[in-house]
Amino acid sequence: MKCNEIKELKKVALSVRRDCIEVQKLVGSGHLGGSFSVVELLTYLYFSRMDIDPKMPLKKNRDVLILSKGHASLAYYSILARRGFFPLDELKTYRKINSRLQGHTHIDEPPGVECSTGSLGQGLSYGIGVALGYKKANLDNKVYVILGDGEIQEGQIWEGIMLQGKLQMDNLITIIDNNKIQLDDTCENIMGYYNLKAVLQGFNHNVIEIDGNNFEEIHKAINQIQENKSNIIIANTVKGKGVSFMENVVAWHAKKLDDEEYNLSLNELDNREVHLDE
Amino acid sequence: MNSMKAPRDAYGEILLELGSENERVFVLTADLASSTKTGLFAKQFPDRFLNVGIAEQDMVGIAAGLSRAGFVPVFSTFACFAPGRTYDQIRQSIAYSNANVKIISTHPGLSIGMDGAIHQSLDDIALTRELPNMVVLAPSDEIETREAVKSAIEHEGPVYVRVGRKECPKLLDSKYKFQIGKGYILREGKDITLIGHGSMVSAINEAAGILEREGISSRVISMASIKPIDRELIIESAKKTKGIVTAEDHFLYGGLYSAVCEVVSSEYPCIVKGIAVNDTFGESGKPEELYTKYGLTKEHIIKKVFEILD
Repeated sequence: MKCNEIKELKKVALSVRRDCIEVQKLVGSGHLGGSFSVVELLTYLYFSRMDIDPKMPLKKNRDVLILSKGHASLAYYSILARRGFFPLDELKTYRKINSRLQGHTHIDEPPGVECSTGSLGQGLSYGIGVALGYKKANLDNKVYVILGDGEIQEGQIWEGIMLQGKLQMDNLITIIDNNKIQLDDTCENIMGYYNLKAVLQGFNHNVIEIDGNNFEEIHKAINQIQENKSNIIIANTVKGKGVSFMENVVAWHAKKLDDEEYNLSLNELDNREVHLDE
Repeated sequence: MNSMKAPRDAYGEILLELGSENERVFVLTADLASSTKTGLFAKQFPDRFLNVGIAEQDMVGIAAGLSRAGFVPVFSTFACFAPGRTYDQIRQSIAYSNANVKIISTHPGLSIGMDGAIHQSLDDIALTRELPNMVVLAPSDEIETREAVKSAIEHEGPVYVRVGRKECPKLLDSKYKFQIGKGYILREGKDITLIGHGSMVSAINEAAGILEREGISSRVISMASIKPIDRELIIESAKKTKGIVTAEDHFLYGGLYSAVCEVVSSEYPCIVKGIAVNDTFGESGKPEELYTKYGLTKEHIIKKVFEILD
């Protein structure tokens, strides 16, 4: 990837984080921690990779992204709006009555949302279904499924992981947003240590492990997808990434910003933007 | 002598026919292809069939994803697993998303017999009926089953079809055309209305024959479309006869009895008595023995009729 391109993506990511801060402060609810960890993955896929057309969100030959960790809707809606699926101004209606922007996502509302998610653990199965349908219909488009690392504690995920390993479909790319923190505590404190990469390899997946907040590494990983294989990317990310006092702090899963935190976080993001131009 | 046939056998046959007519039909099973009779389809159309393993939750999601890719997915398992085990997956990935998925489950209620209470889904109609966007069908004999499955696949949106396992005599004419939202009058009568679904339709029909010999004329309705339900027909029956007895191999709570009570209580209150399993789990045993023990026989129906008419 060219330096300019990375810089542009970084700018988008900063804008998305700013949107998240603004909207969460405005409506008084929303999940910042898990939104921030997944910003680079969403930004890269929507702004640099996927075959999509915001003017024709349901065009037949399109890549599909399923955000299985539906609580990261703050970042997701910002991405979709900035990519042109709906007006940016609509973000202000998030979680409010009569809005299309539900706290957890609803399919096609707003346009661009490919799957209803929010009850965790269901997106991988759905992605397998879309990818299988694409294969059967001879469409060569890609299906990306983003799972949370806390989310993979759900049993349905492992039903999907096993079947994905059996089907070996190279048009499905499962990405685990491995931010290592869930609602109550760290994932390790809740569920213990396990070697995720080894487990996934054991189920016959080509596993690619990267820094999931680094655009170059994301780009490289997607280009390393093996043909006729099942591919899973473990994207090591930081929960709360981008705002220093939120990073790796359990409480920022869904904590509300007070006035001071709001100002501090926006200042930080502004400073980062200044450094981008240096 | 009227020949007996298990509705699930009719299901396997019609699925095969529909698969030939419509190339978008895709069938999924979770290791129950032979029990749910989807094996016929699998053999004929292996490219449009997937056994996902013993993983019903995964199956629900895959079906929803396939519908997004333009297919008409049909998945089959036992009713205790869908909707039973997979309620939340059906709620989010199918009903909330209004996905064009057909849930066609077999082995409902006490009729499964010896496998025991864990496998006896007595709550599946309650669990599906309350979900927005969901159509719920519980056909009786082989003819109605074929028709209901056909309508389910033609309908755009989620449908749950409860297909019987128990052998059943032919109750309907082969020219019968099923319509979602419509009940079917098997027999006209003026004293009492008997409404059933699934395996209990033959029981209410037999009960009506016995009642006739006692000078009581019964209107007998097969209510295969439980949601949307035939409000008009229920209200008309409430007006025309002295009361209604519902009959179903399901819990009393949340099934046909509840649905009929909801209709009459808001528009034309009348006495409604329910034949159903009343707030208890079942157990192992032969279906006939269980129907007797848990009160699902024609004798129980007749007793309820007399409670209303006396």
